[in-house]
Amino acid sequence: MDNNSTGQQIPTGVAASTGLAIDQKQETGLWHFIKYTAHLLARDKAGTIGLIMFVIVVLSAILAPWISPHDPLKQNLRHAKKPPAWYEKGTMEYPLGTDNLGRDILSRIIYGSRVSLTVGFFGVLIASSLGIVIGLFSGYKGGKTDNIIMGGVNMILALPYLVFVVFIAAILGSSLLNVILIFGFTDIPIFVRITRGEVIKMRASGFVESAVSIGATGNRIIFSHLLPNLIGPIVTIATFEMSAMIFYEAGLGFLGLSVPPSVPSWGNMLAAGRKYLVIYPWIATFPGLAIVFTGLGMNLLGDWLRDVLDPRMRRVKK
Amino acid sequence: MAKILEVNDLITRFYTFDGVVHALSGVSFDLDEGETLGIVGESGSGKSVTMMSLLHLLPTPPARIEGGKALFYSNRNEQNNNTDPVDLLQLDKSGIRKIRGGKIGFIFQDALSALNPVMTIGRQISETLIEHLGMTVDEAKKRSIELLEYVGIPEAEKRFSAYPHQFSGGMRQRTMIAVAIACNPEIIIADEPTTALDVTVQAQIIELVQRLKKEMKMSVIWITHDLGVVAGMADRVLVMYAGSAVEIAPVDDLFYNPGHPYTIKLLGALPKIGEEGQHRLESIDGTPPDLLSPPAHCQFAWRCPHAAEKCWQAVPAAREISPGHHAACFFDFAARRP
Amino acid sequence: MQKYIFSRLVQSLCILFGVLFIVFFMMQVTGDPVSLLLSRHATPQEVEEMREELGYNRPILIQFTSFVSRAVVGDFGRSFRHKQPAMDLIIERLPATVELAVTALLISLILGIPLGLISGSNPGSFWDVISRGTGLLGQTIPNFWLALILILVFSVNLGWFPSFGRETWHFMGLTLPTRSVILPAFSLSLFTMGQLIRFTRSAVLEIRSEDYVRTAYSKGIPDRKVYIRHILRNASIPLISIVGVQFGYLLSGSIYIETIFSWPGLGNLLAESIGNRDFALVQAIAFFSSFVVVTLNLLTDIAYGLADPRIRYE
Repeated sequence: MDNNSTGQQIPTGVAASTGLAIDQKQETGLWHFIKYTAHLLARDKAGTIGLIMFVIVVLSAILAPWISPHDPLKQNLRHAKKPPAWYEKGTMEYPLGTDNLGRDILSRIIYGSRVSLTVGFFGVLIASSLGIVIGLFSGYKGGKTDNIIMGGVNMILALPYLVFVVFIAAILGSSLLNVILIFGFTDIPIFVRITRGEVIKMRASGFVESAVSIGATGNRIIFSHLLPNLIGPIVTIATFEMSAMIFYEAGLGFLGLSVPPSVPSWGNMLAAGRKYLVIYPWIATFPGLAIVFTGLGMNLLGDWLRDVLDPRMRRVKK
Repeated sequence: MAKILEVNDLITRFYTFDGVVHALSGVSFDLDEGETLGIVGESGSGKSVTMMSLLHLLPTPPARIEGGKALFYSNRNEQNNNTDPVDLLQLDKSGIRKIRGGKIGFIFQDALSALNPVMTIGRQISETLIEHLGMTVDEAKKRSIELLEYVGIPEAEKRFSAYPHQFSGGMRQRTMIAVAIACNPEIIIADEPTTALDVTVQAQIIELVQRLKKEMKMSVIWITHDLGVVAGMADRVLVMYAGSAVEIAPVDDLFYNPGHPYTIKLLGALPKIGEEGQHRLESIDGTPPDLLSPPAHCQFAWRCPHAAEKCWQAVPAAREISPGHHAACFFDFAARRP
Repeated sequence: MQKYIFSRLVQSLCILFGVLFIVFFMMQVTGDPVSLLLSRHATPQEVEEMREELGYNRPILIQFTSFVSRAVVGDFGRSFRHKQPAMDLIIERLPATVELAVTALLISLILGIPLGLISGSNPGSFWDVISRGTGLLGQTIPNFWLALILILVFSVNLGWFPSFGRETWHFMGLTLPTRSVILPAFSLSLFTMGQLIRFTRSAVLEIRSEDYVRTAYSKGIPDRKVYIRHILRNASIPLISIVGVQFGYLLSGSIYIETIFSWPGLGNLLAESIGNRDFALVQAIAFFSSFVVVTLNLLTDIAYGLADPRIRYE
């Protein structure tokens, strides 16, 4: 942010000449893009930390069966309500303690990341793929079609999101699939709006027309011109939306409206821990920290992505 | 004629993410009382940065003024009647604030973005009057309306409470001029004030500034990339290239007897009225150099058709090739011409 | 300006009609609403009677028309649990939610805007790091978890605030909030505060480098006056939108915070009615929340238009 604002006042010639050099570099292919991105990441501490945090969560979801010290579902009443290891009564066997039924909290948090990431990933996958298609269609067609689609989009975006999500979840009943579908479908408008915005911007810039004038067909224009330019904003928004979905999934779980209570998820753990808040506070504390950890990581990553994938920023930052 | 401003070896650098941008590497020029000095050059050559450096208007960081002097010989100094110069670059915050808007007025390029969109035209003028001359709100209002009339805005009284977006481009630029001259400054710096306007309005604005200059006895620094504008109104011209002053000369001398290959190229790129059509408009090959790593030789060597070996070895110093005509080139181009 | 207000008004009405459509059909597609209303042990005859009574055996379009015509006068049927008109229940719970929302908004305004200003004016400074950190945490800490932690620290351990319930005191006929609102309002405000910090910061940063700010400096206006007259004044216009939208969400009730603190507001009513599968009430709350949000957005747009001369003089 700050670099942009100050950079704007650098004489235009300087900014333009450095910008030019980068744009040329950009066009030489995907590999250069990756190398270039890695180069940018190395310069941004917050972005690196965010990426590391996110990778830790992803790895723990993938490697859950191998790295969990215990079976997350196994109840052991003899070891119930054990405090974390650094308490007097805690043991290293249960580093973060156990819950009211004697299940290992650390293992449940590790397994809980699977629910969160599954919901986030597939939710964003559904929302972004449908959103991009509708957005491309809307922006490309223009006119009445565009007006109707955008009317619907603005309407949905103007509603109190949480109230409706809770409403739908209550009607559909709790299951992993339902949660994914709810988030996947209610989040479509965000992606429609961003895609359409990009299409309109590109149409105005005239290079779609020039593609038409050299004989490119509609499909080709979309795949060879529009989509590559869309990747930046979509990836950025997808990161933020995935983080939001993880947040909302935990919220639904807290209300008992997400995955069934038997499944270890952060929201479910919080809901269960709430009852023992005063006597065994660690049961609710750690799953909350896991949510904050994931959210922080993804937001840092998203902020950084927004900065580097926004072409305007690229111009100044190089 | 007495000097009013004397800039010596001004060095400004930007400390950016990518490295140090050498925006100005030793710019020197002076300004006489009552004179119009035109400054020309490509975008990025440092025209605006020079002026903004003088008035401390560059954001710091990333900008840093790292050397030079800018002596201002103010002779309308109310307190002491002497003409001891002040070095603008050495002034502190409150010192430079008295100069800005008070002794030196600034006219910016795009008046639409240079005027605050949510503040009335009137307030934007009277703000300066209240600040510098200690007027009351009513006095300032009265004076602002006079100023608006003076710069040729009809129904000034009514326009006082209008907003910038309700004005046409020419009227906005007139407003900018009213702001700049509000406190009767000694110097007006106009930073490409006509680029965003169409040709007829351009001519009106130029005429207006010329008239005000005479009536209010000001000196004008007119920044532009349009040599045609300069030919019509400037007394002397400073040509800038890649953060350096490459040539300074009286206007006729510059046009008929240019002393730097860059100026020659610039003049070649200017269409001449009355000449036969077969004369091809020349363009200058190549791009301005990267200011991130300026070379230790002539900056123009890459694009210069006359570059010789020594041009790649040292930076040419400015030489006086005829009275008042300085050029920073090893060769004597002016002399070779008839 | 009139045209602007009119077009916004039409838009809002369209959105509200769309909401009615959604709320109505959401109940239809999920199956027979009557089966949701009655217990599983109801006899077919009881079901039929219920359908007759509620008009569910009429054609769907007629049902929708009658739903809409009743909805515009605020009639959303009766809560089967409370045996009261749904709208009456909402109105009854509204003051508690308003109290919570206003307090939360005040907290986030008082803390968020100054932090955003300091941070935007001195990027890279100590306070910038603090504000950006707060902004980031505001967006990532789930308020339901924060509420639990606050209860643990400030109610259980320190005993400064009650851990649940709403207490009011009455003074000269007014119902005034007490400290019981502090913890829920603070938990609720964190997200809004984060938004305000981030937004104010980026607005100040952006406006700082506008040409007209440079003009103001070139006129010799002192820094403090440039900040107040030029930067703040211009930053406050887009800020109106953010505050309006956020207030809309706060007013539509927080289901988590009100549940955790047993705060007798709309969010709590929503959670309760979902637990009871009292869908007439859920429907009414969903519509009412949307109504509040849409109305606030409309008012915000009008305020925005009044504050920005470029729109005011259209």
